[in-house]
Amino acid sequence: MSTLSALARLRALREGRAQRLATVRHCHLSDRPMVLIPLRLAGEAAAPLAAMAGTDPDHPRLLVVPQPRDRDLRFAFTAELAEVVLPYVEGLQKATETVERRGAEPYERCVDAPQLLVPNPAGVTFVQLLGRSTRFRRAEGPYAVHPSVPVLGRWLTFFGRRAQYPGSVLLAAATDLLSLHWATGQSALEDANLASLLGWIDPPPGMSGASAAREAEDPLVWPPAGPATDPGFDAEVLAPAIRAYQEAPGERAAAAVAAAVRSQLEPTWRLMWRAVDLLRALPPGGGAAARWEGDRTAFTAFAAQLAEGAPPQPRRDGAVAAAARLARMERARAVYDAQRAFDDPLVMAGHRLAGEAFTGTVVAAEPDRTEGEGRGRKLRPLLVVRTGDPVRLAAGARLATPARRGQRADVVDVAGGEVTLKIVKGMGRGTTATPGAVPQVGEVVCYAALTDEYQPPAALPAPEETPWTHGGPPPEYVPAEDDAEEDWS
Amino acid sequence: MTRTGGRRSGAVAVPATGAAGPAGLSPAAEAGAVVDAVLADLPRHRGVVVDSPPGAGKSTLVVRAAGHLAAGGEPLMIIAQTNEQVDDLIVRLAAAHPALRLGRLSAGDYTAPARVTGRAAIGTRLADLGDPDVVIATADKWAWVGDRVWPWAIVDEAYQMRSDKLLRIAGLFERALFVGDPGQLDPFSVVDGDRWAGLSWDPLQSAVAVLLRHNPDLPVHRLPVSWRLPASAAPLVSEAFYPFTGFRAGTGPEERRMGFATGGMRTAYDRALEEAAASGWALYELPDRHTVRTDAEAVRAVAVLATRLLQRSPVTVSERGEHPVTAERVAVGAAHRDQVAAIRAAGLPAGVTVDTANRLQGREYDVTIVLHPLSGRRDATAFHLESGRLCVLTSRHRHACVVVARAGIPELLDAHPSADAVRLGVPVKFPDGWEANQAVLARLAEHRVPAAPPH
Repeated sequence: MSTLSALARLRALREGRAQRLATVRHCHLSDRPMVLIPLRLAGEAAAPLAAMAGTDPDHPRLLVVPQPRDRDLRFAFTAELAEVVLPYVEGLQKATETVERRGAEPYERCVDAPQLLVPNPAGVTFVQLLGRSTRFRRAEGPYAVHPSVPVLGRWLTFFGRRAQYPGSVLLAAATDLLSLHWATGQSALEDANLASLLGWIDPPPGMSGASAAREAEDPLVWPPAGPATDPGFDAEVLAPAIRAYQEAPGERAAAAVAAAVRSQLEPTWRLMWRAVDLLRALPPGGGAAARWEGDRTAFTAFAAQLAEGAPPQPRRDGAVAAAARLARMERARAVYDAQRAFDDPLVMAGHRLAGEAFTGTVVAAEPDRTEGEGRGRKLRPLLVVRTGDPVRLAAGARLATPARRGQRADVVDVAGGEVTLKIVKGMGRGTTATPGAVPQVGEVVCYAALTDEYQPPAALPAPEETPWTHGGPPPEYVPAEDDAEEDWS
Repeated sequence: MTRTGGRRSGAVAVPATGAAGPAGLSPAAEAGAVVDAVLADLPRHRGVVVDSPPGAGKSTLVVRAAGHLAAGGEPLMIIAQTNEQVDDLIVRLAAAHPALRLGRLSAGDYTAPARVTGRAAIGTRLADLGDPDVVIATADKWAWVGDRVWPWAIVDEAYQMRSDKLLRIAGLFERALFVGDPGQLDPFSVVDGDRWAGLSWDPLQSAVAVLLRHNPDLPVHRLPVSWRLPASAAPLVSEAFYPFTGFRAGTGPEERRMGFATGGMRTAYDRALEEAAASGWALYELPDRHTVRTDAEAVRAVAVLATRLLQRSPVTVSERGEHPVTAERVAVGAAHRDQVAAIRAAGLPAGVTVDTANRLQGREYDVTIVLHPLSGRRDATAFHLESGRLCVLTSRHRHACVVVARAGIPELLDAHPSADAVRLGVPVKFPDGWEANQAVLARLAEHRVPAAPPH
């Protein structure tokens, strides 16, 4: 926990209300997100019990597995879920825009992308597991399933994998998005309870956040937001209803199970849309839109892959795929951290307290200073900034500034509250600085050791050229009957 | 903790664990035999791994192996992890093998330090270097060099290299010698890599871990003698951090001595320094208390100890002769960068190095002063329990190490047993950080000097 968020939590406790951690919204919020609240049968890893899903707050769709131990019923449920999710996802593939690129062919990108919102990180994990258990199923042969099931599995896998990228919001947990913007007076573990988190952020009139959160802990008033259900509900309501269905399968018994789980899902459904409204009320930050573009590109690319009939995503990454994904994830993390700080002075304040950034007044500037001789002569303006921040940057550190996004500066020296910088990029061509590119004496500037600049990673070998140190080339993937089998099943 | 007891008296003459070389062999002969075995294995295997405990002559081995391979007439590539390591290797190679033509590949913004200029051809592309016998660069730089395959490579600090880096460059060589210290800090990432846990090619594992999982028949040698650590430190470090692959000190207990030319004032600081000078270790213990990371009292104690140490004009006697301990031969280590900044701000004598464990890796000093990673903490996280962190901090010294900590760490450890999720297919790593911490504390307790109560 950073010093700033610790302070915000203490303040929240004293004030009895959540405190803002951000001045802008750091996540894109779709105009028409799909809320998905999955429930799982207690004691099973990925046996769906029910789900509430939809894009319209007033018309949720309730899907129920009246006997979750029956695999046929489970896949009937998944086919039904596909009926809800696939039209939403496919509808967004139609409208595209052409993106021009410098030095490369223009490409088509969907103008909007789907956004699945689940209540908490456990919901994200459940989506991943559900994708894994369905994407290898087949529409023919033994244990055939409805053709939409493996397609849904691939989409859920895509969403689940995308959720591992820092800053991506194609699939997001409401508690994560809220915690990004508000600090409460409770622990991070307690923040994973959507009802109590919203209690702190937006308590009912006349009630403090702390007491609203305490009330939210009563599972009779606010049932858990899933995928795990309340053990009391399991034992007293759900088990008898499922047993009744087992003994006399039929419409009435199924309706009884549905009524039981509806009582558990509806309060969370309302909370989810309250969370959406709260987030929507925040002004959006600039970086969120840029990251959403990345999400849209990924969505467009995966839709194209699926249309071309690509096989289901492999269960495990190969050596080369793992290294490539790690590089992409690390880059996404750096970009995410930098963009949030550049968008939001409150986030930047956290970096300033950590000594990774500073704000101060320019006390000296040499905008037309050059280095080198003859043809190698380069413009290298010098700046001296006086700051009261605890700067912990070493000479040579590469800095960027929110006010001039293309600019890069190197730390030359840090001494006695004064930082000397050498601007190395984004100050103009030739040997004279572009007017306004170099800050003037008296200007208040902020520099940080963060960058969202694209640095292409070094090339990886092709998978079929995996070197001997990493096990050599992997065998080629051939789809097989037993793909859906798990090692332990 | 019982396993650390009772072995002190005999620790010098016998190896720290029972599994070392033939009896009666001198340390130099024993180490020499291992190096000979490594060189003999090189042509027989596709890869050879050499584990080197702190100060066991890893760089010497790299320099010797480079000379040996280059003497065969085949070009050689050397892969190091940082620019500083590359520069160090060039200096040592140039000194040991003046006839070898060296080349150094570097990024565009690298400026060669004075010690390197004239010793190696420097360029950003292979074509700029002429055709040297040995080309040295960082792993990051090698990843950009394509279209040539070297018959031989030496990978230095291979345990600090992430396996995805090795994947990028493994196509550049046919055979390789991997050298590194398995006890130091593992490579890490800023993102969550759980999805690859258990895969034999997990990109977050070290290069050696992945190499050996795919090639379990490769020979693994182990340098048996630490020339840096004194006889007082080798057994502790060996037992705590290398429980199954022990090593011994290259010098006897009487060969390294430390004393003070200036008398003390019998303060707790003086007594801690005197204990360290006499026994090689001291634990300067502050009263039990939960504190913020930059614990003001502990930071002050570290700064005062460093100042006091130099005021007392310390002198060391070793196989290198008698030398005064200057500020350059003293280092202060901590776990976090804000602690380092706080210690620096508290005022240290000019010239004393102060840095985090990550940056102290591979360096050597006469005396070190360490702020214990768990001092004053309320919890013991995986970061603070990582055995490599404590191993780096407690194995940088040639003569003495003073650890500054608050009381109560053993109780903290007992309240936070390691409880990481067990994952399928992940090899069990030794030593366990919890166990290593207990082992070090148990031994340090014998050298405890309580801080004076504040006035």
